[in-house]
Amino acid sequence: MRFLEYAPAPESAAILNLKAEYGLFIDGEFVDGRGEVFDTISPATEKVIARIAQADERDVDRAVAAARRSYEKVWSRMSGSDRGKYLFRIARLVQERSRELAVAEALDNGKPIRETRDVDVPLVAAWFFYYAGWADKLEYAGLGPNPRSLGVAAQVIPWNFPLLMLAWKIAPALAAGNTVVIKPAETTSLTAMLFAEILQQAELPAGVVNIVTGPGSTGQALVTHDDVNKVAFTGSTGVGRMIARSVAGTNKKLTLELGGKAANIVFDDAPMDQAIEGIVNGIFFNQGHVCCAGSRLLVQENVHDEVIDRLKQRLSTLRMGDPLDKNTDIGAINSAAQLERIRTLSDVGEEEGAERWTADCVIPDKGFWFAPTIFTQVSPAHRIAREEIFGPVLSVITFRTPAEAIAKANNTPYGLSAGIWTEKGSRMLALADQLRAGVIWANTFNRFDPSSPFGGYKESGYGREGGRHGLAAYLASGGWDAAGGAAAGSRSASRAVTSGAKSGATKEQRKATKKAVAK
Amino acid sequence: MSRLTVPKTYKLYVGGAFPRSESGRTYEVTTPKGGFLANAAQASRKDARDAVVAARSAVSGWAGATAYNRGQVLYRIAELLEGRRAQFADEIVQSEGVSASAAAAQVDASIDLWVWYAGWADKYAQVAGNANPVAGPYFNISVPEPTGVVAIIAPQQATGASLLGLAAVVAPAILTGNTVVVVAHERAPLSAISLGEVLATSDVPGGVVNILTGSPAEIAPWLAAHADVNALDLAGAGDLEWVDLQIAAAETLTRVLQPQPGIPAPSLDRIGAFVEIKTVWHTKAMR
Repeated sequence: MRFLEYAPAPESAAILNLKAEYGLFIDGEFVDGRGEVFDTISPATEKVIARIAQADERDVDRAVAAARRSYEKVWSRMSGSDRGKYLFRIARLVQERSRELAVAEALDNGKPIRETRDVDVPLVAAWFFYYAGWADKLEYAGLGPNPRSLGVAAQVIPWNFPLLMLAWKIAPALAAGNTVVIKPAETTSLTAMLFAEILQQAELPAGVVNIVTGPGSTGQALVTHDDVNKVAFTGSTGVGRMIARSVAGTNKKLTLELGGKAANIVFDDAPMDQAIEGIVNGIFFNQGHVCCAGSRLLVQENVHDEVIDRLKQRLSTLRMGDPLDKNTDIGAINSAAQLERIRTLSDVGEEEGAERWTADCVIPDKGFWFAPTIFTQVSPAHRIAREEIFGPVLSVITFRTPAEAIAKANNTPYGLSAGIWTEKGSRMLALADQLRAGVIWANTFNRFDPSSPFGGYKESGYGREGGRHGLAAYLASGGWDAAGGAAAGSRSASRAVTSGAKSGATKEQRKATKKAVAK
Repeated sequence: MSRLTVPKTYKLYVGGAFPRSESGRTYEVTTPKGGFLANAAQASRKDARDAVVAARSAVSGWAGATAYNRGQVLYRIAELLEGRRAQFADEIVQSEGVSASAAAAQVDASIDLWVWYAGWADKYAQVAGNANPVAGPYFNISVPEPTGVVAIIAPQQATGASLLGLAAVVAPAILTGNTVVVVAHERAPLSAISLGEVLATSDVPGGVVNILTGSPAEIAPWLAAHADVNALDLAGAGDLEWVDLQIAAAETLTRVLQPQPGIPAPSLDRIGAFVEIKTVWHTKAMR
């Protein structure tokens, strides 16, 4: 056994009690989908884990109808404290079944069990626990004395944090009094199915949460459905754009959490040990399948060589392999398609003149793998410096002055996150002011908390998830705008209009919507 | 013997200056009964783009000013309007055809609206921001920041909107540090340009408010699709093909506020429509 070589320590999959096939979860029951059943595989072994139903337009329609019924008859009439109690129950059930969920997530997504066990699943429970407490306190959310729920929320989530994204979407929606139809990503439906079982154990009223599985077309049918009041999407900027077009002219409230190309800025006075760990965590956490990943390392020129040497040394100690092994740092790439994209962009990086270094990892025979990779000599014009790779690939760019760091960091259409590494507090705060991004991590990276709002500037989307602001994304403000306190004269002359929301889209608008989606 | 009056030339207000439209076009502004009032500049696509450039270059200075400073600047607008009540009322009577008392009420309401929003400048962050009790050794705070350049179609209704409608959309956008390009009331643009004169002589930096006169139907599509516009306020676009504008805005994920009937009431929601929440995590450690 070499130095750093460990005996395998796999988490047993025996804790799972999976069914061979999972239906859609509509109106409290598992039902068949009308679309073709598809396989969900383990990206680490390419073995089939289970068969998943596919929802077509009619299934989506049925799910939305169930959500509407339960919104009108049950959920919107229930007291906030009872809604909260259901959410607390869900939080506890997630905690109780956390090991099982962590194993299932690692198996289905390919991410290491160390992350699902220590990050994903604990955060899922935390998210429900946090929003549970809001359910009977909505009038304190800063939206006026009578905030109103919106109705039925259509939610589409990505494959990188399947269960966590589900929690980010469902917990605030339910706390605010909405009902939900959610579509997990095609390659990662499994934990959503286990979550449906948890909802049954919690005895959540039927129809409050409905889960429709399937490909992009299922999601499109959901977000363009006429009877949804809220659309929440996490995923690529391309799809986000399409959704933004599709809700144009409707009164659907929209939040989008899209791509990113975050700058992780390292100054020469940074706490170097932490910074190296932070850079690694920033881009190699979850195989780099993180929208807020620190994919552009902006390093001050005079410490560039030191940082790169230490990074390479550190990366050489990371273990890639079986996601279920407790020693694994880097798991599998989620799908063949994503692996192809990472390979393509990395090849482009080399072709455009950047210098490639790849950690010396043993690549398993089966499954989808990509070893941690660093590009140096990267120019801001290179595609690997501009496009979201969504994989374990770091592009290194240098800077000399703080002003140059800010200019380079902001030189992107994205604006989701950024990192700053310096021991000088005043500079950190000044820099944080100047960076155009929704989440700034200083001397840390990739931290998440249910009380902390998360979301982007510019083409990284709009709206926030987490915290009071994440709750507001599922509420209409009620009560104070007209009475806002402007002087009496202003009130009479402005014929105060409480809400700009129109009662519904006209036929023409819907036509325009269809047109837009087709584009 | 009566004195021969000196009529005013009404131009655009862009980047703190009063240019004519680069297109050389003007259009006739009349009383509701058709009497000639003025030749207003008819802004073109190029004017709209120039205005966006002016607005963009004003962002860092205006957003970087202290909130206390911005509040005082907005209050200063109210002060200057108060001193020119008669002129504004007169223009409203002429261009809207309303009674002198209705015009005076509109001016008063506009002034009060500037005062109301001015007072929010150094309080909004306290109400919209948060300290977040995250589970770990981190100082975590969320604050609102301006989204950047906001393009606005001002309310267009026949009466009551020419001055108040403009204030109701411009004030909430700029108080947090945004800069705006606003397309004024098409038929009654005189108050808007006179407001530009007030802004030019108040302490509002050039480029923070840019006012275009002309056809919203012609100008709006260029603003909606402009990649350097961060947000689009369609307040007065109800009669335009506004769904197409919202679709165009989606190309760069521009934030959109949909049209609404009437003049937007003073509201926190309106301020909040044009801010981004930034959350900063900082590690806490003794050493």
